[in-house]
Amino acid sequence: MKNHEIKALLLKAIQEIAPEIELEDIDLEEDLRDECDLDSMDFLNYLIEIKKLTGVKITERDYPNVNTFKKMLAHLEQNIA
Amino acid sequence: MDRESGHKGLQVKPEGLVTEIVEDIVMPSLGADMTEGILVEWLVKCGDPVKRGDIIAVIETQKGAIDMEVYHTGVISEILHQPIVTLPVGTVMARVKLTEHSDRSKVTQLDSVAVTQVETRTPLASPVVRKVAMEQKLDLTAVRGSGPQGAILLRDLPETTEEMRASTQASKQSSGATKKMRGAIASAMTKSKNEIPHFYQSLDIELGNAQEWLKKTNEYRSPDQHILLLALLLKAAAKALTKYPDLNGFYENNQFVHAEEIHIGNVISLRQGGLVVPAIHHVDKLSVDETMQAIRDISARGRNGHLRSSELTDATITITNMGERGTDTVFAVIYPPQVAIIGFGKIREKLQLVEGDLVNCDVMSVCLSADHRVIDGMLGAKFLNALSKQLQKPELL
Repeated sequence: MKNHEIKALLLKAIQEIAPEIELEDIDLEEDLRDECDLDSMDFLNYLIEIKKLTGVKITERDYPNVNTFKKMLAHLEQNIA
Repeated sequence: MDRESGHKGLQVKPEGLVTEIVEDIVMPSLGADMTEGILVEWLVKCGDPVKRGDIIAVIETQKGAIDMEVYHTGVISEILHQPIVTLPVGTVMARVKLTEHSDRSKVTQLDSVAVTQVETRTPLASPVVRKVAMEQKLDLTAVRGSGPQGAILLRDLPETTEEMRASTQASKQSSGATKKMRGAIASAMTKSKNEIPHFYQSLDIELGNAQEWLKKTNEYRSPDQHILLLALLLKAAAKALTKYPDLNGFYENNQFVHAEEIHIGNVISLRQGGLVVPAIHHVDKLSVDETMQAIRDISARGRNGHLRSSELTDATITITNMGERGTDTVFAVIYPPQVAIIGFGKIREKLQLVEGDLVNCDVMSVCLSADHRVIDGMLGAKFLNALSKQLQKPELL
């Protein structure tokens, strides 16, 4: 999967939880939960969505590596089979 | 409490052979402040068998779109109103012929009768047509339909323009719904603050063990199996309530009635503003995993509008959880006729003396708002301490 495809999937997962968010609204290097106003349930749903769309399972151990848009993108690029 | 049943009538058939019990299905009241609801869609038709708890219709209320449940087992015998229509609370929307106490062979026989009796009282029309007709006060009986069986389609309406179609949609609707929801919150909270003598008690509860347990449990779990702290808080509250049942129930007609079941209402704030408070049923009987599943379920349905009517009416106590990005404490307002609400603040680090050593602890301020007509300070304190005790042994929840 190409970078721009993963990026599109990532945005889709975010919009599933926070439909009003556009990429230009958020700082890609800041904590996504703050940027998109996600509570812990929203964040879980976002991870569930990512698993559905990409097959990548993110556990609590990975949280520090996926807390911004940019980091999540890199994590997915590495882990998508 | 069965708030949905209307009158019970015996209908004797002309031949006098079969006696059937018919129950009214009425527009339910989902709160003291609700006066009307909009029937948006029927999910059953005449002749359909239904059982208690089945979802039979979608209604639009101040609390958003709600899946309406039926409270009896039987066969839908009459549908009296067609969507989309606004109906006052208590309006008979349909009737269900009970089968629970009846002879099966007779039921089958009756089914065929019911089906042949189907009668359309309003012209066939698609939901969007009914919506437009309602908004523009059009009389559909005067419109000739071009759809199947003469059903009226959008194109059959006079002067239906793109703009009109667009105007029936999302943006306008959601701001109207948000406004209605604010109205519902306003009247419930005003009633509460006018009638309920609140008092507040707060206890800092140490959550180190709970956090540690969650970390260990979640380490390798995939996100759909992940357990949030809220599940532990709910379970601990339910366990403490079984010990102190006087916080669980309703104050109605100048007296407290203790509730047998523990149905905990959860405050869910919506992205577009406002909130819904669906109940998780029988929390005392669920495992932690089942509780988490239930949280996931109601928060998803709370946000996309598929809460069930019972979930919005039968909470016996409520909790509100500020989450990590919230405030240290929340002094919540009781949702009448309940008698208590528990507010969970955000976890914060605190230096504490443990056996003479300064230790860094994770603590959460838990605030109980209680109705002083029913509960006294000593009971509140005992309850909060019992809650704290439960949370020190998360593995036993």
